[in-house]
Amino acid sequence: MAARSEPAPIAVAVPSDVLRHQKLGIVLLAALLLVAPFVFYPVFVMKVLCFALFACAFNLLIGYVGLLSFGHAAFFGTASYAAGHAAKVWGLPFELAVPFATLCSAGLGLVFGWLAIRRQGIYFAMITLALAQMLYFFYLQAPFTGGEDGIQAIPRGKLFGILDLSNDLVIYWVVAAIFMGGFLLIYRTIHSPFGQVLKAIRENEARAISLGYDTDRYKLVAFTLSAALSGLAGGTKAIVFQLASLTDVHWTMSGEVVLMALVGGLGTVFGPVLGAAVIVSLQNYLAGLGHWVTIVQGLIFVACVLAFRRGIVGELAHLLKKPL
Amino acid sequence: MAGDDAILETEGLTKDFRGFLAVKNVNLRVRAGTIHALIGPNGAGKTTCFNLLTKFLQPTSGRIRFKGRDITHLRPAQVAKLGIVRSFQISAVFSHLTALENVRVALQRRRGESFDFWRSEKVLRAYDGRARELLAAVGIEAMADVPAVELPYGQKRALELATTIALEPEVMLLDEPTSGLGREDVGRIAALIKEVAKGRTVLMVEHNLAVVADLSDTITVLARGEVLAEGDYARISTDPRVREAYIGSEEG
Repeated sequence: MAARSEPAPIAVAVPSDVLRHQKLGIVLLAALLLVAPFVFYPVFVMKVLCFALFACAFNLLIGYVGLLSFGHAAFFGTASYAAGHAAKVWGLPFELAVPFATLCSAGLGLVFGWLAIRRQGIYFAMITLALAQMLYFFYLQAPFTGGEDGIQAIPRGKLFGILDLSNDLVIYWVVAAIFMGGFLLIYRTIHSPFGQVLKAIRENEARAISLGYDTDRYKLVAFTLSAALSGLAGGTKAIVFQLASLTDVHWTMSGEVVLMALVGGLGTVFGPVLGAAVIVSLQNYLAGLGHWVTIVQGLIFVACVLAFRRGIVGELAHLLKKPL
Repeated sequence: MAGDDAILETEGLTKDFRGFLAVKNVNLRVRAGTIHALIGPNGAGKTTCFNLLTKFLQPTSGRIRFKGRDITHLRPAQVAKLGIVRSFQISAVFSHLTALENVRVALQRRRGESFDFWRSEKVLRAYDGRARELLAAVGIEAMADVPAVELPYGQKRALELATTIALEPEVMLLDEPTSGLGREDVGRIAALIKEVAKGRTVLMVEHNLAVVADLSDTITVLARGEVLAEGDYARISTDPRVREAYIGSEEG
């Protein structure tokens, strides 16, 4: 058996009762969500939250199963179109459009995952990229996506027919709840019996097989879960910004989510959230630079890989010798 | 040799890697409750044999039977579930899990499948007691909360053994359990194997002939993918063909 090549360094696991500061971190994160819309522009915070959830879902795969997907835009974008179409064309309310979008991505994840998990490492990444690119060209041609225009002016509508989501602050609380729900689900998954098997697969797949784990099935469940949560993020994003476009499904979106998780820290609980906040902030505040934003992002990527291989949160966790 | 007490047997086992016959028509009978060693010069096909038996490789032809049941077409995880558990040549631990967690991943198999991602891992604490017992059995209970990556090599091999025993396997396949170990560790691991082999069947690939002589009930010598000789140590060690194979390989 050839040893698996070492991926980026990953935070060290410790017994569960030492996870107190992770729980503290979650409380802090929740407090931050309560204050954020009064300090920052709510739409900006919602953008951060949607991408943060996307990055956390992506991190579930790379950080805890060791699978690098380079096609996650497919799930984000599919949900974006699905939610947009459901809300605008079918007139479905938020509470149906977003779950519908999530389901679409989960189904797609099941199919893509089934095809991709048979290969490892770079081959896995290339298969996910290839499948996502095929889907991109499908969406480019398909009539319901609106091609280059995308689906515009998606109605936010009312939640359960009562809460008027056109109010930015109202929809903010909904998005914050969705983010927190998704985040907690991922947190629980990582710290579940299932998560324990995932980590074993990440560390040594052949050994996990020799202990009687049908690792392909575990990887497929994780992949589908990650796709579904990416879809939850994408569907929510489409309704918040009332726009589903090719950007959501383009390969650069797959690259951006890698960057977010990497900057924050692969295999850390909070890293992807911070990473998303950093990248979205850069995009917003440096928007005046036009195409130079990409260059700045590229420089950050290089700096991260050279100097902070564990990412911001990963380096912090390493310093404190505690998992974050 | 009594034939009906074979727990694991192969019949005409052959593996052809695009024209290179790594394993050629091997008929192996591992009797229940014995320690059976597979030895031979480098490239004799020992590890390939292991990979075939545990289904990490699919044989080109031949049959594998476990307690009379044909397991030739099972997947590796299924073979493990039946109670045939292997170790690896390079120590196979889950590096970034603690020693306790390493053993617990194996104990967790008792729950059946673990697809419940919504449940807290606190349910796994039920196995902590047994995991500590197993760590104690291999003499590394003090390292329970240390990530496996930080353990010295000898302790990693002990941890791997503890993880393997955790599954209560009927047959243990150990691929060079003492490779890379210092002299004291070799003795410790050999004693451990002897201990855990009680009530089980062990098939091991081993280079250290002192360990083989000390532990094995039966020895099968492989050379160029074929069975060269079989018997106890006294018989094998005086077999001229075996001597020739070993010396020949050293010259080659």
